[in-house]
Amino acid sequence: MPRLTATQRHVVRFRLNGRSVEGTAEPRMQLADFLRHELGATGTHVGCEHGVCGACTVTVDGMLARSCLTLAVQVDGCDVRTVEGLAPEQGRLSILQAAFRRHHGLQCGFCTPGILMSLDRYLRSNPSPTEGQLRELLSGHLCRCTGYTPIIRAAMEAAAMLASATQQEDHAHV
Amino acid sequence: MKPAAFDYVRADTFDEALATLAAEGGDARVIAGGQSLMAMLNMRLARPKVLVDIMRIGDLDRISEERGRIVVGAGVRQAKLLAWSELAAKLPLVALALPWTGHEQTRSRGTICGSVAHADPSAETPLCLIALDGEVHLRSARRQRVVAAKDYITGMMSTARQDDEMIEAVSFPIRAGSGYGFREVARRHGDFAIAACAAIAGANGIRLAVAGVADKPEARDWPDLDGSALDDALNAFAYELDARDDIHATARYRRDLVRQIGREVIMEARRCRA
Repeated sequence: MPRLTATQRHVVRFRLNGRSVEGTAEPRMQLADFLRHELGATGTHVGCEHGVCGACTVTVDGMLARSCLTLAVQVDGCDVRTVEGLAPEQGRLSILQAAFRRHHGLQCGFCTPGILMSLDRYLRSNPSPTEGQLRELLSGHLCRCTGYTPIIRAAMEAAAMLASATQQEDHAHV
Repeated sequence: MKPAAFDYVRADTFDEALATLAAEGGDARVIAGGQSLMAMLNMRLARPKVLVDIMRIGDLDRISEERGRIVVGAGVRQAKLLAWSELAAKLPLVALALPWTGHEQTRSRGTICGSVAHADPSAETPLCLIALDGEVHLRSARRQRVVAAKDYITGMMSTARQDDEMIEAVSFPIRAGSGYGFREVARRHGDFAIAACAAIAGANGIRLAVAGVADKPEARDWPDLDGSALDDALNAFAYELDARDDIHATARYRRDLVRQIGREVIMEARRCRA
């Protein structure tokens, strides 16, 4: 049973977007701060620090998580994914990101990393969402610029594109 | 804000967690999903010296049926119970209420037992546990005991848990043949309820339980009242809850919600009664 003392920094290792990473953290350090300050992964944004705004949303072992309501030491050994992992390669956006760009799904962009993570995770298990389902999902995020309408538009289009891409892949296998 | 400093203990077994609680007493807090506790740590409303993480203890995330009750272990996340294929058949009220607990992004981490341990007066899980005559299974290095939900929650975020105890599980009785209704009013879906009402219509009458108004969920049992008799009962209940004004709503508005959505959920429960 490991006991990590309050005043020391302890080694934390996990997989970040498929790569092994390592840093040190006091037990009280939030995952959001660990990502940004220890690993330099500043794509994840820190807003309210009490789980309300959703800007810091990431996935831990495939499940959505507020990285401000998660300690760095809690995810030791886990699989963590952040907005930096969404693009398939340097200079190319994911289908969802590209739809956000086309539909102006962001203005200041502060809330966007968290919203993209929620939608990316959700669309993987719910490929044909209704607008109502997406609005309920987005109730876990605050955006003060867009009024949400362009975000919904982008997400609906991305869902349709992803669904037809999957269908084509299925045909290719037949 | 950032939490004040604490030691972090990653318990591998139940006994390790209980030994730490026995040694540290009131200076220790258990963390499971952390969706309520982390916010309190960040705001420094809670300043434990030791945090005991129980999520690596094996076998803690079990949902099982035992002697007519559904037993939900301390590690069961809200998302897991919500996705459980038998939830609507075994615990229809929980199936109605759980989608209102937080958001998709917090239900994926937050646990059922953690919500009961936190005992927020507006939370849905403690409301369901009280409405259904649920029980809280407590364990310490000294003993195990089972406390009725209505005795477990003693006030706003106050419970009957001793410093060396932790919640091992909560259990909900399966009540076949009853009808259920649930409704809640909040500023935004997933925010804290201004008022939440759960109704159960059984063979011998109706029960209405209300959260978000008094300092803990409260329930009342009535015979199958109707018309003005039901209005009178709802009105009396609304006043007994001793609603207060706050930034979200006035006491009068809360009493109105108890009367209005209280009646709606009772009607809904009657329609669903087998």
